[in-house]
Amino acid sequence: MSILEIIIALPLIAALAVWAGAPARPVSLGATFVNLALVLFATVQYAGKTGLAFTNSRPILENPAMSFAVGADGVSLILALLTTLVMLAAVWQIEDRPDIFHIASLLIGGGALGAFLTTDVFFIYAFHELALIPTFLMIALHGRAEPAQRKAVAWKTTIYLGAGSLVLLAGLAWAVLEFSGGAKLTFDLEALRNQARLTPLPVDKQAQIYFVLLVGFGTLVSLFPFHSWAAPAYATAPTPVAMLHSGVLKKFGLYGLLRIALPLLPQGAQVPWVQNALLLMLLGNILVMGLVTIHAHRLDDTLANSSVMHMGYIFLAFAAGTDIALKGAVLLMFAHGVSIALIFGLCGRMRNQLGTLEYSKLGGLAAHAPAFTVLFAFGVFASIGLPGLTNFAGELMIFAGSFAGFKGTLTHLHWTVILALWGVVMSAVYMLRAYRGIFHGGANTGLFMIDPALSQRVPFILLATTLLVTGCCPWLLLNLMKTAL
Amino acid sequence: MNAGILLLLPFFSALLILLGHRQLKGAAVLISVGSSVVAFLASLAFLAAEDNEGTKMFLPFIDAGGFRVGIDIISDKQSQGMMFIVTFIGMLVHVFSVGYMKDDDARPRFFGALSLFMFSMTGIVLAGNLFMMFIFWELVGLSSYLLIGHWYDKVSAAEACKKAFLTNRIGDFGFMIGILILFGLNKGDVSFDNLQDAFVQGGALFDVQKANPGLITAAALCIFMGAVGKSAQFPLHVWLPDAMEGPTPVSALIHAATMVAAGVYMMVRMSFIVTASPLAAEIIAGIGCVTALMAALMATQQNDIKRVLAYSTLSQLGYMVMAVGAVAMAAQHGNHGAHAADPGHPAMFHLYTHAFFKAMLFLGSGAVIYACHHEQDIWKMGGLRKHMPVTFWTFTIGTAALMGVPLLSGFWSKEAILGAAFDSGCRILFVIGAATAALTAFYMTRLWLVAFFGKPRTDSAHHATEAPMVMILPLAILAIFSVISGYDILATPLQAMKPPHVEGHQTVFWASLIALLGGTGAALRLYRGKDTDPVSIKLFANKFYIDEIYAVIVRACQDRVVWIVTALERVFVDGIVARLPAAIAARIGAATRMLQGGHLQGYTFLLGGGVIAVVYLVVFVLPRLGH
Repeated sequence: MSILEIIIALPLIAALAVWAGAPARPVSLGATFVNLALVLFATVQYAGKTGLAFTNSRPILENPAMSFAVGADGVSLILALLTTLVMLAAVWQIEDRPDIFHIASLLIGGGALGAFLTTDVFFIYAFHELALIPTFLMIALHGRAEPAQRKAVAWKTTIYLGAGSLVLLAGLAWAVLEFSGGAKLTFDLEALRNQARLTPLPVDKQAQIYFVLLVGFGTLVSLFPFHSWAAPAYATAPTPVAMLHSGVLKKFGLYGLLRIALPLLPQGAQVPWVQNALLLMLLGNILVMGLVTIHAHRLDDTLANSSVMHMGYIFLAFAAGTDIALKGAVLLMFAHGVSIALIFGLCGRMRNQLGTLEYSKLGGLAAHAPAFTVLFAFGVFASIGLPGLTNFAGELMIFAGSFAGFKGTLTHLHWTVILALWGVVMSAVYMLRAYRGIFHGGANTGLFMIDPALSQRVPFILLATTLLVTGCCPWLLLNLMKTAL
Repeated sequence: MNAGILLLLPFFSALLILLGHRQLKGAAVLISVGSSVVAFLASLAFLAAEDNEGTKMFLPFIDAGGFRVGIDIISDKQSQGMMFIVTFIGMLVHVFSVGYMKDDDARPRFFGALSLFMFSMTGIVLAGNLFMMFIFWELVGLSSYLLIGHWYDKVSAAEACKKAFLTNRIGDFGFMIGILILFGLNKGDVSFDNLQDAFVQGGALFDVQKANPGLITAAALCIFMGAVGKSAQFPLHVWLPDAMEGPTPVSALIHAATMVAAGVYMMVRMSFIVTASPLAAEIIAGIGCVTALMAALMATQQNDIKRVLAYSTLSQLGYMVMAVGAVAMAAQHGNHGAHAADPGHPAMFHLYTHAFFKAMLFLGSGAVIYACHHEQDIWKMGGLRKHMPVTFWTFTIGTAALMGVPLLSGFWSKEAILGAAFDSGCRILFVIGAATAALTAFYMTRLWLVAFFGKPRTDSAHHATEAPMVMILPLAILAIFSVISGYDILATPLQAMKPPHVEGHQTVFWASLIALLGGTGAALRLYRGKDTDPVSIKLFANKFYIDEIYAVIVRACQDRVVWIVTALERVFVDGIVARLPAAIAARIGAATRMLQGGHLQGYTFLLGGGVIAVVYLVVFVLPRLGH
């Protein structure tokens, strides 16, 4: 029995227990707290090692070879850490809501942990689907809108993500079939990676499969132009679901690209047409969505769109494909997850207290809620890439990784980096506009809020501290990834 | 390690105050001021460190996949001298703030941000590589944002801090591109030492410079863009006058003496790349020259005491930037032969003397504002000479130093800059430099006459009393340094600051003397005994309408483009990618009735069922077909 199996099972068991009638808050808080401790323990154990650790495999099928196999390296541990952190914060800030909030949060978190910590393609996929279903249901049942509207949003999300998952499934099936070469099929990721190393597929075929996977995984990560589910979904989703989906579950698509698509199809990613297509799409994320975000009139709208926009930077790392950039991408996945969860959590509190998030109705909130303002500032400055908070280190590595082989001629990639840097300016524009509009200025709008009690601040302090510590010492996380990605 | 203390001390001071700012209350002031005093002592030790220790890694930051960014400390004459200025003026401003912010309830927040600033500025000074410099570059931007927005409930302050941050971000956009280009070309090494070596014959960048000079020019100008933002050069100068919304000690420390000079400090560090590109050198000198002249013209028509000083700061920063370009141009023509990065760059010399007298002038204006109950309009002052003698005399010394009265510090450094402009081979630089000197004499005399002479024009001016000791002591100390900082007594330990020998050009000397006398004489004639401004030039008073032009550009471009793109995104992406397939599907058949009906559970079930079906097909059916 591997520690990873406990980590995956714990939230699922807790969800079952709550469903069966156990007291929701103590059980889910206890489970997420223990889980965070377990992941931290595993991470400390892993420090200094390379390759997969904590592996354990339970065969399920002979042919095709399929087994419940777990295993983790630095990348999966960093994402597991992200998941447990955000899960704890999300569960903590649920107050006085029906049990289903706890159940859904535990299922989403547990599903994400399963996807990050298993090494069998079938289970990676299945765990992600497990996490998606509660997301849809929670938007439809407890979304923050009129019933008709939230159902429409839930539908849109379901259709988009369902379609994306199907494209992804097709791509995965294609890859698995190609590698089997008519012989025994296997879903074991390590076996597939070995095959890719020994007998790589022809480059054209790699490019085609990679592109299918890019669209499939990309839809899950709101890659432009398959992104339009994301903004309404996050604006409508209940706070813990928005925190968990935008913070954690959305990273699954990126994790899949990094863990499955790139190792199996390394040359396909570098074929010019694939790379150019990706560059165009990610520029859509950064520039188009950057401008759309500037246009937003509500805080939740700004945050949801900015979260779509920031995915562009992580895709940039995949377009660059260098080791530095990909490690930066992992760091940025972690950073973005923590910062967006922090800011969505705070945004949820604001909506509860004020009843509105329209900029035109807000102002001067800092006067009565200084601690809240400081915590919010952490989220704002993290997402505009201020050094000292983790996002900066990730972005810096992605930019530097893209320029690592610069020989004096600016290629498409380099121009994209330059345009992406302009996106950093746009992020500052909309984030500081929002911050200025909500917190600064005179408190004369008639709406004001007070600081949450200390115990209610804990989840946000946890996330803000994480940003500060890993932002000042990004090597803490980077040291977990000693081998080239 | 000594230099490490300089960096860590203010960091922990800021962190401590941030964490416990409710509980600490008055102790926060003590922590912050104490750390600034210790930092000053440490900087003396740092200054005394005999030999250049070169660049050493102090703390790791990133080390992954062959990419290394360290907190590297560079220890040479330039960083030692700059460190002295930063910690010395920083300490005096901390002390002054104890008095100035006495009645402010948010003192802990103020002093916390001040410590954060000291940390970030120390980082810039000690930075041994470009990435580290960028990190602290952004952090001074943050602390400047926090301090300008100290009184965030005032709309003007809230707008000003946002504007400062965003304008700087635009500059940093270029800065980062420049760093990345050099990072790529120099194979991942952006430490100042190695970059400089790479420009010597046989180095990696030397070859690039020969083969592709345009790229080096582009890199130099991109790097310079960072300085344009931070040092508020045209066309990104608009944030600095608005930054005066911050408390006055902040204006003295950050927006006059240290942070805004960081751009000049960085350009002097990078002067080898300016020397490598004639076009970049000319553009840099030109931008500096335009800023110097334009800001001086705007200063002549301002009525807010702090704004006059702010435009004067812009103008003087323009001088320094012009010197960076001019020295490089001279070196390219072979006028000096000496390496531009040698100790004693005229820009650093002026940075250093300017830091003292401008900090002094700002603190003096702070004392005036404090005494006049936060009145900032010079036309509502008057006659303060008698009420505030110490402030008056120190202010007079500062004014004289800024105007370049012979034998005061500003005279020497202005000579050095005009000399560099003279040597650059470009007469326009020299002529505009001299004209700016005349304008400087004019607007400073105007300010000095209107505020301190004549009769008190309002009650608050009438009842003004001298500021308390804790405020005038820093003023007096700075006044002394404004006199002596041009002489060898200080310049010897601070070798990087003073050019080894300032050759006296006859032309330069007479030009600056005529400029001084002309400017002062004109102001005396026009403003003596006046209670209202006899001159009114709308163009200057309205800052050449640049803010208005930018507002129009933002409205026309940004807001409109944003609107159009948002509309297009809705129509095309949402419409075509999402709705069109849905519409087609709706025509196809009955299955879609469920879609519109909203049976979500049903659909989710269907989705799950579909997934299982597909998996089943792939896993069990397809392999059999293969056999």
